[in-house]
Amino acid sequence: METIPANGPVIDFRDVVYTLPNGQPLLQNLNLQVQGGETLVLLGRSGSGKTTTLKLINRLLTPSGGEVRVNGALTAENDVIRLRRSIGYVIQDVGLFPHFTVERNIGLVPRIEGWPAERIQLRVEELLQLVRLDSQIASRYPHQLSGGQRQRVGVARALAADPAILLMDEPFGAVDAITRDQLQREFLSLQQRLNKTVVFVTHDLREALRLGSRIALMEAGRLVTVLSPQDFLRSSDPLAAAYVQAFGEGLDSAANRGTS
Amino acid sequence: MNVFYFFLQHHEEILDLTLEHLWLVGISTLLAVLIGIPLGIVSAHWPVWNKPILGTANIIQTVPSLALFGFLLPVPWIGARADRLAILALTLYALLPVIRNTYTGIRGVDPSVVEAGRGMGLTDRQLVFQVELPLAVSVILSGVRVAVVVSVGLATIAAAIGAGGLGEFIFRGLAMVNNELILAGAIPAAILALSADFGLGWLERRLRPR
Ligand SMILES: Nc1ncnc2c1ncn2[C@@H]1O[C@H](COP(=O)(O)OP(=O)(O)OP(=O)(O)O)[C@@H](O)[C@H]1O
Ligand SMILES: [Mg+2]
Repeated sequence: METIPANGPVIDFRDVVYTLPNGQPLLQNLNLQVQGGETLVLLGRSGSGKTTTLKLINRLLTPSGGEVRVNGALTAENDVIRLRRSIGYVIQDVGLFPHFTVERNIGLVPRIEGWPAERIQLRVEELLQLVRLDSQIASRYPHQLSGGQRQRVGVARALAADPAILLMDEPFGAVDAITRDQLQREFLSLQQRLNKTVVFVTHDLREALRLGSRIALMEAGRLVTVLSPQDFLRSSDPLAAAYVQAFGEGLDSAANRGTS
Repeated sequence: MNVFYFFLQHHEEILDLTLEHLWLVGISTLLAVLIGIPLGIVSAHWPVWNKPILGTANIIQTVPSLALFGFLLPVPWIGARADRLAILALTLYALLPVIRNTYTGIRGVDPSVVEAGRGMGLTDRQLVFQVELPLAVSVILSGVRVAVVVSVGLATIAAAIGAGGLGEFIFRGLAMVNNELILAGAIPAAILALSADFGLGWLERRLRPR
């Protein structure tokens, strides 16, 4: 085990390459540091490599070149099960276990970690409250929930064993705009209290600006630039500018439709 | 009404042979499940094993049953007793539907659910026993159902090598050109097959994940 420099990055990508077995490169030369307690947003188009980047952190994928470090230690050398249990993961398609109740879904990692039953139950109640779900929902199955409720359960499940790192892959993707707005607001207040190190994937610039402490812009398997939300809006980078324009125009034209 | 009286007169023998029949089918199905499910899990998880395992089970399936009994006869210990021989042959036949359905059932589990489990730090073993098998159970059970129904029919042939079961009546009836005897074997066998089909079908629907 290496000792962790107190002020070093929590997640550290160095010259990371990821290539498919057939030789097709998905990620090229990725250098990226995530600091403790920040929310780093991976922003990019569909297919730009955001999910691939995320999976390299909890070693669902191993880099073909370069190295990924979590808390200073190479993921490739760590006990992969320990690594994954110390990282909360909200996957893109939610992926709740259909044969488990909400309670068992949320309590799975604590259970396999051997927590006593009463402690798990308390934790599940606490988490349901945290993500603002009625405790009556605990005994339901995923197919008995709405899409928004499922996404909340997905977040609660990732938080169950209180991991310091949270990977969130478009966690608020498949819900209506108002629910998403609410989920984003709750995420912000939650993050203020919990202070996790979060890597958050989205293709929505507005979401990125709202939630991120920094925004990492990806395109075609490459990291284009990493900017704070303020700098992103003023950036001279052509791709960042294109994003701002695309979303800005959307807002403007919508606002102007009523007046003209 | 001759058949009815025949059944009344011979009810003890019919019951005995039915139980023997059940025993042959039950033991062979149990063995097929114990061997077939692990093989199905292996072939679903390691693609290299998929072809050899399913291919072998497929080939076994194509061997005519009487010939299979013949092939197994020289095998030591197994060939020594007719019931062992019959159970082994029935087990071999029952393997294909069990393996194939275990494979299909596991492969059919929503990939995002498996990925969530893996990402949360489930070990391979936990993934198989807590996620994949519970979600595949109704598909596996429908394979077992096919295996049982086929076995009930096949087991009547076991009487040809002296392993007993309801086939006794059928072969005796054929030799004596006696329809009552044939029906005394065929009707209970049909009832066994239908009730197994119905019972396992019910269980399958109950265990199907939502
Ligand atoms: N196992 C795989 N086999 C082949 N291609 C793959 C595989 N995994 C990912 N890809 C490809 O790699 C590219 C990047 O995929 P990735 O899932 O990282 O994109 P993403 O940025 O998360 O996209 P989205 O916003 O649609 O989720 C895509 O073009 C995808 O088709
Ligand atoms: Mg993705």
